[in-house]
Order: sequence, then structure tokens, then C-alpha cells
Amino acid sequence: MKGVLRVVAAGLFTTIQDLGRPAAISSGVPAGGAMDRFAHRAANLLTGNSPQDATLECAMSGPHLLAEESCLVAITGADFDPRVNGAAAPMWMGIFLGRGDRLTFGGRRSGARVYLAVGGGFEADRWLSSRSTNLMAGRGGMHGRTLAAGDLLSTATERSAPAIAGRYLPPALRPDYSDHKLHAMPGPHVKRLDAEGRRRLFSAEFKVSREADRMGYRLEGPLLATSGDELLSFGLVAGAVQVPRSGQPILLMADHQTAGGYPVVATVVSASMHQAAQLAPGDPLRFVQTTAAQAARLRLALSEALSTLSAP
Amino acid sequence: MQKTRIHPLGDTALLAELGSRLDTALNTRAIGLAAALRKRRDVRQAIAGYSSVTVHFDPDHATQESLGAAIKRLAAKRPKMEIPGRLHRIPVVYDGPDLEEVSTALGLDLEAIVAAHTRPIYRVFLVGFVPGWAYLGPLPDELELPRRHVPRTQVPAGSVAIAGLQTGIYPLPVPGGWHLIGRTSVKVFLPSSDPPCLFRAGDRVKFFSARPAL
Repeated sequence: MKGVLRVVAAGLFTTIQDLGRPAAISSGVPAGGAMDRFAHRAANLLTGNSPQDATLECAMSGPHLLAEESCLVAITGADFDPRVNGAAAPMWMGIFLGRGDRLTFGGRRSGARVYLAVGGGFEADRWLSSRSTNLMAGRGGMHGRTLAAGDLLSTATERSAPAIAGRYLPPALRPDYSDHKLHAMPGPHVKRLDAEGRRRLFSAEFKVSREADRMGYRLEGPLLATSGDELLSFGLVAGAVQVPRSGQPILLMADHQTAGGYPVVATVVSASMHQAAQLAPGDPLRFVQTTAAQAARLRLALSEALSTLSAP
Repeated sequence: MQKTRIHPLGDTALLAELGSRLDTALNTRAIGLAAALRKRRDVRQAIAGYSSVTVHFDPDHATQESLGAAIKRLAAKRPKMEIPGRLHRIPVVYDGPDLEEVSTALGLDLEAIVAAHTRPIYRVFLVGFVPGWAYLGPLPDELELPRRHVPRTQVPAGSVAIAGLQTGIYPLPVPGGWHLIGRTSVKVFLPSSDPPCLFRAGDRVKFFSARPAL
């Protein structure tokens, strides 16, 4: 373990994340983990890591990092205008930082979350088999909190393979984050909507409200009236669109509450969740009704894009 | 007996509903089914709800149809709860800030509320919502109240609360809309343990009245 990157400024909301802790759901602990799994995995593969290694997830603004040792990094996800020593730095590519280099971000141009991987993966507190930060419990990641100025980020393992910079994800295989259509399958309680509600759900434009974080996004737009008795609480999943009595839907994200009793009228499929992760407050979105077969094709396309990055 | 109903929850999970009643026997079946499903290689995680199981599966090794059919066959066999529920005895100081309101709303005095709340052995129906939270019940009918109109923005950890036919202990300081009738010194969220939670689905809980510590 060796300190490689010093946090000069942390950015608005920067946390350490990996693929989360799915086994902890049975204790009411959110699975958590990177919101945009595609960008997280790509950043890891570009730096020779495994997908489980921890990356930085930087929401809405990027950090200012100073390299205390030379290291291989990759920046993926949202475009926040990344710069090394002031000069534009490529995204979706493994790049070397020399000792004394500064990585900064000019400002948000598109998307909501930048991912940064370092060769060897970031070292962090492990909690329940994961390095992901859980703010509610104050565990995992950087002592259960967002990064702060002065923190020193270390690598988890010394690399065994030689670090190779310059590996990149071809532009055609990068996600189009300006696509705000989320493919979704009807949910268990879709019949609690009337015909008009069902039509609205899969045709109307919604907007991410200001109440949007790693737990979920409250959506603005047409209200969805549901009928029927109160439901008994059941296990929830990321991507579920639940409708509380107010009629204002909530899209559940990585740190969602593990159980609840509001009707789930739709679920965003796994291959659209990276797109959902890049929505910022104020962004429009639509739910496009899809099938399990179509979801499988979308999933395959994403895994094929990532497979081009796997070590030869 | 109701048939098991399978609903997709996106392309990597499904909800298997065994029924829609708040019923200890139904919950026992859900917990048993979840335990049996966790042994399958195509199942990543299975979480019992009150009367349902949410199943996270590997979409490269199962389809909704194949897994749904397997779940229906398995549910019909009524697999047992793997680990018998443990009994927890929890001391409660009945001095919650909502006691007076609850007393007025129910037409019961403090003694009657304490007597009713400490009478049953409650079932842990499920653990979820926030880390360490356990839904306990059923509450005696005479304690049934709708949730507070205005939820509190923060409820202290250790608060013992009631709502509907349920009761529970707040594991962490979180917002909450239940009626606070007391508090306990027992920690139900144990972040340094694995699992980080005192209760498991299927456990039993008996409250008893304790004097405040000096």
C-alpha cells in the first residue's frame, strides 16, 4: 500500500465505490457500489485492474488531485473537462501521471458522475466485503465519508503486470449519455395504474428533481395515480420505479432502501442503469417499455464493449 | 391456498408473491423459500418480504420463465426455515414522547399500553428499509393506530415505536413516522459485526418493561 494521490480539493461529492455488498441486503444495508457500473468497470480495465477494484465516483464536479507518485489512471463516465497540468486530458484511456502532476476538472459539460481508477485499485476501509462508501452507516471507503481536502489516496495492491498507458475504449463503444431514454419493464404493480397512468408512464417526459442522490431520484412530471390497498413491504431493487401516494414517482438507485411498500410500476433494466446514473437534477427522461429479450440484447452489447478492454 | 405469482423486477430480479396477508405462517413460507433459493447457482440473492421473496438472479444462467417455474415448484414443497428463529428479550423504558397522544387516541392508560405491548411474542417479519431495521408484529389490535400525520425528521436510535399492526426499534437516527412509545438500550444495528444486525427474519422478540437506568 502506497500513497499515490493527494486530494487538494475533493469536489462536491466524491466517494470510493466498488461493486457493492449484495450479501448485506438481508441486514437492511443497501448493496451500494458504483452508480454507473459500465464506467466503473471500463476505468478499472483500462488501468489493468479487475472490475471489483475500487474507483472514485465524483458527482456533479471533479476533484483536484496531486500525484505524489507516478501512477496509471483512467477517467471515464461524465465529461467534466478533465485536465492534467492544465492541458486537456483524454477520457476512456489509460494515462500516466508523473510525480507532481495535477489532475483537475474544468467543469461539468455532460453527465453527472465521473469515475477515476488507478492501477492497483484504491485502498479503502472494507465493510461487509466491500470498499464502497456507505454514508448512512459511516462505513467503508474513506472512513465512511466523502473525500476531503488533505486525504491521501493509496493503491490497494502493487501491480504484478506491467502498467500500459494508451489503452482506450473506441469512441463508437462509449455510452451516449445524452440519450435519456431508459428501457424499463412493467413492474409487479403496474395494474394499480389506470389506463391513462400506464400510457403516461411509458410515453410522457419526466424530469429529475432536485431531490436526487445515490438513494434515488424523485421525478417531476405527470402524476401517476395508483389504486388498491396498502402493500406489505417487500424487497426492492435498483431501477425500480415506485409510486408513493403523492403520485410523484421515485427511481431507486444504488443506495436505495432495501425494502418498502409502495407500488413498483416499472423497473429500469440493468443495461440502462449506467444511463440513469448520469442524469443530473433538471435532466429530462423517458421510460421506454421493453422486454426481457430486448434487455438481454442491450446487456450483451455492453459486455461486448467491455470485453474489448480485457487483458489479452 | 393462493398460488405463487411471479412478476419481473427488471431483467435481473423477480418478485415471487405467496399471498397478500400479514400472516406469520405465510412469512415462514417466504423465509423458507428464500433460504432454499439462495442455494441455487443461478440465484445471486433472495430476500424474504412479509409474504413474498425478491430474487436477484444471474441473467446469463437463468430466464424469468425458467426460474419462475422452478420457484413455483419449490414453493409448493414448502421448504422449512433453515435456521430456527431465536428469541430476543428486549428491555424497554416506556417513556416515549408520543405516549400521551397514543394514550388519548387509543383510550388506554399507560399501564394498559405497556401491558398490551409486552404481551405478545412478536415475529421478525423482515429486516430492511434502513440498516438493522426489523419489522415486528403483529401488534395487539387494541394498539393499532395509523402513522403520524407529520413524520419526524429525525428519530433517535433505540426508540421503540408502533404503527398499524407493527412495532419496531429505530437502529439509527433516521426520519420516521411511527409513534414513539419507549426506548431500549439494546443495540440492534451492529456495524462491527457480520451480519451487522441483531435480528434475522424469522426471529422472535419479547419486550419487557424496564426502569430507566440511573
